[in-house]
Amino acid sequence: MAIELFRIDDRLIHGQVVVGWGQPLDLTFIVLVDDEVASSEWEQELYRMGVPPEMDVHFHSVGEAAEKLTAYQRDERRGALLTGDIETMARLIELTGTIARVNLGGIHHRTGRTQRLRYVFLAPDEEQALRSLAARGIDVSAQDVPAARPLALSEVLSGEGNR
Amino acid sequence: MSDPDAEARALVAGHGDFAAGIVSAVGQITGRGDAFVPLSNRDMSAADVERAMREQVDARGLEVIFTDLPAGSCTMAARRLQRERPNIVLVTGTNLATLLDFVFHTDVPAVEAARHAADKGRAALVVTGGSTGGH
Repeated sequence: MAIELFRIDDRLIHGQVVVGWGQPLDLTFIVLVDDEVASSEWEQELYRMGVPPEMDVHFHSVGEAAEKLTAYQRDERRGALLTGDIETMARLIELTGTIARVNLGGIHHRTGRTQRLRYVFLAPDEEQALRSLAARGIDVSAQDVPAARPLALSEVLSGEGNR
Repeated sequence: MSDPDAEARALVAGHGDFAAGIVSAVGQITGRGDAFVPLSNRDMSAADVERAMREQVDARGLEVIFTDLPAGSCTMAARRLQRERPNIVLVTGTNLATLLDFVFHTDVPAVEAARHAADKGRAALVVTGGSTGGH
């Protein structure tokens, strides 16, 4: 599979993704799925400046990403797909049905969210959305960097991941 | 010794304890660690980093931001600030030599000192040894 990492991270492209995951996984492209970024040249330029020149970045709305995902999954290169929130990833999964594993990489504090891990805070509807993904057989786990132990969704929601 | 009356001239932002550490090193070498305000992005969302950066820049009237990594969320936040405030100068890939040069150029505006410091920092990266000749 050419998409090695399907990650939910509200920082989208940043150090953990480009360097922390990018180097050990030998990532050479990133698919950034975000309706707002996909409609803003300025936002795209901002994120493009954050990656090394040998790494390609593709910006798509959820609908566009759904149409192109199969092609990315067949790409000979290794890539990562990023969304900034759970809802976007859930919509993409709903439209494609070809995503087997989701990484929770950074969902930070916001009003209405409860802390589950140092880097994962969830609102009730977000928790439910993750439970729904898991119920349909998708492997949902939290892992901010490759050297950390991946925590299953059950560990995240039960608070075991904080012990 | 730090000058208690000295005003910070730049923000230093980065991952983990990068900012606090490198500012501490500047302080140890020059006694002028107070020229910088350190900021960590640890466990912060992109919006949180931008908010924290904006608060420091506004409160202290800073026009220079040093960050550690071009791809980092601190750099992204600084670039978003630059969009509103084009007068801000951002230097990314900051190393100790960069900040040391910056603190000694108090006779020029901070933005000018930052550009000079970036040149110094770039030139300070040197590799020696590692001969593969085997003789």
